[in-house]
This record gives sequence, structure tokens and C-alpha cells, in this order.
Amino acid sequence: MSATLTPVTRLTRLLAQNPLIPLILLLAGLVLVLEIMQPGILSVFWIGNTIKVAIPLAMLAACQTLTMLTGGIDLSAGTVATITAFVMATLAPLLGVPEAVAIALACALLAGAVNGFGIAICRVHPLIMSLGTGLIANGCLLVYQRYVIATGTLIPDALVWLGTGRTWGIPNGLVLFIPFAALIIWGQRRTGFGRLLYAVGSNEGAARLSGVRSWQVLLALYTLSGLIAGLTGLILIGLVKTPSLSLALRLDLPSVAAAVVGGTSIFGGRGGYGGTIVGALILTVLTTMLTLLHMPEGARGILFGLIILAVTALYIRLTEKG
Amino acid sequence: MRRLLSDSGWTLGLAGLLAALLVMTKLIQPDFGVSGLDSLGRAALPFALATLGMAVVVIAGGIDLSLASMMAVCSVTAARMMEGASDGQSALALIFVLALGAAMGALNGALVVASRVPDIVVTLAMLFVWQGTALLILNAPGGAAAPWLRALGVGGLTLPLIPEALTVWLPRSVIFLMVCLAVIWLPIRRSPLGLRFYAIGSDALAAFRSGVPVGRTKIAAYAVTGLFAALGGIAVTMSTGIGEPIPGPYLLAAVAAVVLGGVVLGGGRGGLIGPILAVFVLRLVRMDLTLMSVDPNVTTIVEGAIMVVVVMLGGVLAMRGRRT
Repeated sequence: MSATLTPVTRLTRLLAQNPLIPLILLLAGLVLVLEIMQPGILSVFWIGNTIKVAIPLAMLAACQTLTMLTGGIDLSAGTVATITAFVMATLAPLLGVPEAVAIALACALLAGAVNGFGIAICRVHPLIMSLGTGLIANGCLLVYQRYVIATGTLIPDALVWLGTGRTWGIPNGLVLFIPFAALIIWGQRRTGFGRLLYAVGSNEGAARLSGVRSWQVLLALYTLSGLIAGLTGLILIGLVKTPSLSLALRLDLPSVAAAVVGGTSIFGGRGGYGGTIVGALILTVLTTMLTLLHMPEGARGILFGLIILAVTALYIRLTEKG
Repeated sequence: MRRLLSDSGWTLGLAGLLAALLVMTKLIQPDFGVSGLDSLGRAALPFALATLGMAVVVIAGGIDLSLASMMAVCSVTAARMMEGASDGQSALALIFVLALGAAMGALNGALVVASRVPDIVVTLAMLFVWQGTALLILNAPGGAAAPWLRALGVGGLTLPLIPEALTVWLPRSVIFLMVCLAVIWLPIRRSPLGLRFYAIGSDALAAFRSGVPVGRTKIAAYAVTGLFAALGGIAVTMSTGIGEPIPGPYLLAAVAAVVLGGVVLGGGRGGLIGPILAVFVLRLVRMDLTLMSVDPNVTTIVEGAIMVVVVMLGGVLAMRGRRT
């Protein structure tokens, strides 16, 4: 760095080059405010709890981050997660746990592949395609539900252990989540597939001219997204412990918000999963904070929306300057 | 002439599809007639208004995910203000709600312009805000609708001087929709503002260089969307007689009908007639399946499949067209 740079420009440049720093600062600030609001809340137990709740959100947000890198979105992720959880829980008493998990994940893969077929081969807008797939899948779930209601449900102990259990105060979900996050971050940064996602997202025409078969990339991507959503469903059922028809649907929009707050551009080509994880933590802490305020539900919704908007706007200003 | 045909080919196709569906309905249910049309119109009205709102903002290159929540805010405000009010007061309340809708939409647009955050993200955040607002206004379904408002949407059209038999088959709800379209959209479409909507939708930079005030035009487009959302909210209150603070399934249905109606996501192309026809096609499919006593859940599957298949076909056709 040359000596002519003022500390301010140096700071903005640093922030622009390391977009994670302001996010982590924001997270720390939120936790600090929480501690002031309710002294003594900060404990290993509370941190464990926050992480436990944030894990399914962060995993579902992985679907959004990866698809958003190519300029797409996966609005069927919540539905796919719900289906996987429900199918697994209802089939487990009939077929046994491993078979049920395999069938449930196969459903998730199928939904992802349908998305991929429409988006990659028929060139349907991802928003519309994933919306339509979500509608169809939800209808299938409702029909399926009528035939299995009598069989009873079973949630495997392993999933409950993963979803709710903790060892020495640390949530067990991290056993799955840390390798998962490491794999995604390594994948997007270091593998050819990851680079292809950024290439397709920042300029699909240029990528195609450089010999990228973008339809193969997109097909693989949306199938992968379906699989991730399925895994999220399995974790979530271990956390919630009752299969319902709207299990993960309420996470659909927050998962988009987590990716956006985490600095992934919805137009593609910019962002990464590291930011999304912090984004999911920010949203979870924010929800706790709003619950603590003892406000009516409506006011909480208003604040939640405004804060997401403010954070995103600020973040865009910060990173664009560099 | 050929240009006209290719431009409105999609709309004509939809009109044909709608006609075919109407004939099919008559075959399935031989006594389908005036009352059937009336219930179709009433069921479709809030969906149609939501779709109109979405279509306007999509044409201008945006998208408004907060549409259904704005409808909820307008529905509860109208119901709350009309509870125990006289006819005159409730008319004033309706005017207030319309202004409120336009203001909410304009606020959405202003935030999009000022924050430089993508439309889809801003309106996603505003979805939570408006949803919260609706809950603050009315915590549970309640309120009331003025009797004259309720009567406005039920039954056939009766005009003085014209024999009733000629007009009674035309549902009032459809007339209501047509009046909204004629009063709000036609003047805009004919004015420079309408042209600007299409201009910023198809290429904001080119529009800016040709002297279009892009920011202001975008705010105006969002305000029109808000106005339609207010009408949609009023239509919900009109048909149920109460205000409903939880947003209905209008957002996804509106996006689906807009795309099915030939409006291109990303902006600049399409009109409002196509989306309206698409709403009626989707509602009629739902009605036919119900008449054939198909499981309502299967109906959802069919609806989703129609949407996806039609858009896929459209995409494939568009690719073919580009190649030749």
C-alpha cells in the first residue's frame, strides 16, 4: 500500500476485499446488544442453542447461495426439505430407517433433477421453475399424506441425536454441519465446478464461448440443491421432532434472506457460503432479540423486514466502494 | 398484420384455451350457466387483481414479492374502517384504502430506487414489514364490509333501460375487474408513462440515456401495483365480508398467471389482457377438476404442472424462433 492512502480509504478497501469482516462485526454487535438487553443471557448453553437453530437455516440457505451464484434461485427448497422429512418419518416404521432415508433422499434428488431439467434444458426462469416444482411437489405430498396417515411415524434416534442432542454443551448438529460447510466452501473456491458456477453467473454468454456447457452445470447444480434441501429436512425433523406438512416452508424466505444478508448477489457471480453462514446466524440472533422485546408479533415482523433491508443496503454500499 | 398476429399470438392462444375450457365445463356439468359463471368470476376476482398488479411491475422490470401482504393490509384496513360505518363513511374508507395501497407501493418503489438493492430483495423484506403491519391493524380475522360493497360483487349485471335477460349472464365481478382495468391501466398505457414502464423494463440504461426519469418511473410502476393490491384487498373483504390479516395464496398464483399470460420476467414485454385470461384459465381448470370430483390436492399438482409445462413450451418455442 502506498503512503498516499488515507486510513479511511484503506479501511473501506479492506472491508470491500474481506466482506466477511463487517458481517462478523454486525453479528458481534447484535450479540452485544442482546447481552445489554438481558444481562447474563450469553452462555455456552445459549450459544449452543442459537447454533442448533441456525444450522437448518444455514443448510437451506446453501441451496440459495449456490443457485444465486449462477443468477438463479431455488424456491422449492423448503418444500423439498418438508417432503424428505415427512416421507422419511412415515416410511421408517414400515421399511426400516436406512431404506426410508434412501427413498426420502431419492425424492429430494428427483425434485432437484426436475428443476434442473426445466432450468438447464428448457431454459425456464429459475424463479418460475422452482416455484412450479414446489407447487407440484407440495400437491404430491398432500396426496401421499392421505395414504399414510394411519401407519404412524417414527423419527430415528440418530436424527434426534443430530438435531437436538449436545455433547459437552456443543450441539451435535455440528458433526454434520462443519464437514458440510467445509465441503461447500472448498467446492466453490477450489474445484472446477465451483469456478464454473461463478463463471456462468457473472456472464453466461462468455462462459459458453469459453467452452463451458452451461446446461450441464445448471443440471448438476439444481440436482445438488435438491439433495442439500433433503439433508436439511432430515436435520430439521430431528430438531422439531414432529413431522408436519409445513415443516420447512416457513424457512423458505428466511433462507433467501440469509444468503442475501450474507452478501451473495441475487444476480449471480458474487458472494460465497462463508457469508451465508454468518447471515443465518445474524437472522437467528435477530429473531431471539425480537422475541425478547415482548413486542406484538406484527411489530416483530416489521422490524425483521426493515433490518434485513437496512443490512443489505449498507452492505452493498460498503462492498461497492472498493 | 403478421406482426400483430405474432405479438398477440400468445394472448389469442390463451383466449382459445379459455374458450375450450368453458366448452369442456359445459360438457362436464350440463347445467353450468349463469350461477357457474358468477361463482367463477367471484373466485377469480382477487387473483385477477393481484395478477394485474404483478404484471405492471414485472413489465417495468421489477417484481413485487410483498403483493399479497399489501393486499392483507388493505383488506384489514378496509374491514376495520367499515365496521359499523354508514354508507358514505365506508365509501370514504375505500378511497382511503386505495390511497394507502398506492402509497405502500410507492414506498416499495422508493426503497428499491434509493437503496439500490435488487427489487426481489427489497420486496422480500417488505413482505415481512407489511405482514407485520396487517397483524398490528387486526390481530385475527374480523371487521365488516358495507352491505352495498358486498352486493357489488355478487350476481349478474343489471342495467336500467336494457332488458335484464341480455345482461344478466355477465357477472358483476367481471364487470368490476373490467372497470378497474379501464380506469387505471388504459389511461396509463396511452400516456407517456405507460411507454416509460416498457422502456425501463426492456433496457433501463437505454431508457435513461433517452431521457426517461428511471427512478421516478419505477416508483410510479410500484405505486400502480400497490393500487391494484389495494383493489385486491378490497375484493377479498368484499367476498368474505371480513378482513383477513394473514396473506392469502395470491403471491405465487399472481407470478404464475403473469408468466402464463405472456409477460416476460425481466420486463419490457407483454400486456395485461394475457395475464387476466391466464387467471381465468387457471381458476377454470381448478373448477373443472372440482366438478369432476378430483381430489383437491391433485388439483394443486395439475395447476403446477400446467404452469411449468406451458412456460417450458414457451421457452423451447422462443429458442427455436431465435435460431431460425
